[in-house]
Amino acid sequence: MAKRTALYDKHIEANGKMVDFAGWDMPVNYGSQIEEHNAVRTNAGMFDVSHMTIIDVMGSDSTDYLQKLLANDVARLQEKGKALYSGMLNQDGGVIDDLIVYKADGGYRVVVNSATRAKDLEWLQSHRPAFDNLTLTERPELAMVAVQGPNAIARVKQAKPECEVAVDGLKVFQGRPLADWFFARTGYTGEDGLEIMVPEAEVAAFWQALLNVGVQPCGLGARDTLRLEAGMNLYGNDMDESISPLQANMAWTVAWEPADRQFVGRDALEAEKAAGVANKLVGLVLEGRGIMRSHQKVIVEGVGEGEVTSGTFSPTLECSIAMARVPVATGDSCLVDIRGKQIPARVVKLPFVRNGKKVYEG
Amino acid sequence: MANVPADLKYVASHEWIRVEADGTVTVGITDFAQEALGDVVFVELPEVGADVEADADCAVVESVKAASDIYAPLSGKIIAVNEDLVDAPEKVNEDPYGEAWFFKMELANAADLDGLMDADAYSAACEG
Repeated sequence: MAKRTALYDKHIEANGKMVDFAGWDMPVNYGSQIEEHNAVRTNAGMFDVSHMTIIDVMGSDSTDYLQKLLANDVARLQEKGKALYSGMLNQDGGVIDDLIVYKADGGYRVVVNSATRAKDLEWLQSHRPAFDNLTLTERPELAMVAVQGPNAIARVKQAKPECEVAVDGLKVFQGRPLADWFFARTGYTGEDGLEIMVPEAEVAAFWQALLNVGVQPCGLGARDTLRLEAGMNLYGNDMDESISPLQANMAWTVAWEPADRQFVGRDALEAEKAAGVANKLVGLVLEGRGIMRSHQKVIVEGVGEGEVTSGTFSPTLECSIAMARVPVATGDSCLVDIRGKQIPARVVKLPFVRNGKKVYEG
Repeated sequence: MANVPADLKYVASHEWIRVEADGTVTVGITDFAQEALGDVVFVELPEVGADVEADADCAVVESVKAASDIYAPLSGKIIAVNEDLVDAPEKVNEDPYGEAWFFKMELANAADLDGLMDADAYSAACEG
């Protein structure tokens, strides 16, 4: 049977349409995905993300360990609570997973994808013997709720007034603990908001308090259209173990300096860079009728071919948008093969939407 | 529960069929189908005048989530399509048995109607 989060009964109460997601019974929507999407762009929505995996990496060797395993450099985290987005790479430079790491007391807290949990833990464990003072502790007793949208932070403070001390003054990509809770100003929607780790026993009451102040429950469907508009990668769609971060719009997450930091995958990325990176991940806006979907072929006249990695209808822009991996020489237009018809699309720089507004040129 | 009107015929691929007074049929997708698809955002219709075979895909409906083919429930000729759906695909969610009909057909063989499911049989098929 599929696993259930501590909010399962709340989803059923709210008429959530439940689907299997990486072995978890999760809501895909509570009626209308488009209404949920728009609630996040214009007001406040909440997502149960308790299926994500939280791992505490503690001990005096934790910095050296994560400097070895992550392409981004945890030494950049000067202040407690600061967060960093990074790929975890294999020896060939392929992305095993993308994750967020927060600096904590005596170590770090890492949040990885649920679909990749088993292989992530195996990879993390396999590199552990080289470090003496290091503990890895999974935290399944913590639920997680993302509250996102222009009014998200105000609604959270209304629902749980005592959290003001943790939330006020929080910078983007920074988190603060409050007793057993953790409030981070991060998200996967392109809007302001918080991701909140909550002890399982308390999460249903917190969810109800958020409902009471008008926060819209949102399912995995809206989560996907929001992240795609925000130009954020979905692991397994936009990159995987066969794709380097340099071909997944993640070059900015690779910390090349200091030059002597030998993170796993570094040699492969350096060789790739020296030889010339073959492909890039770009945004597409469809100019004809239809909806782009992952795995559709992209044709760039005179240059070559690529592939749509994620595609959908954008509720904010009211047209089809996609991410696609195309040859680096691709200019500002291409054709997408949609069921045998070649439909023109414009190539744009990601993201499509930030803080409720269209941001790409043209 | 999904709405399954008693005066219509159905096929397992979730199209409904209404037999008109002149013997032609009107085709759309069921309430069960629109509910499963979620918010519909795109519709592609067949060509008027096209001859279609039973069970051949002849139209497309896409929700935010996924694309789905629509099949000709019976063999015959397409005699009309609902152009209004192209600009207002959300009608498929709002009124699947009314304003959101997809196309009308002239049947090759009226006796083919006998092979369709009635409301009870379709309801049972959806629960199975």
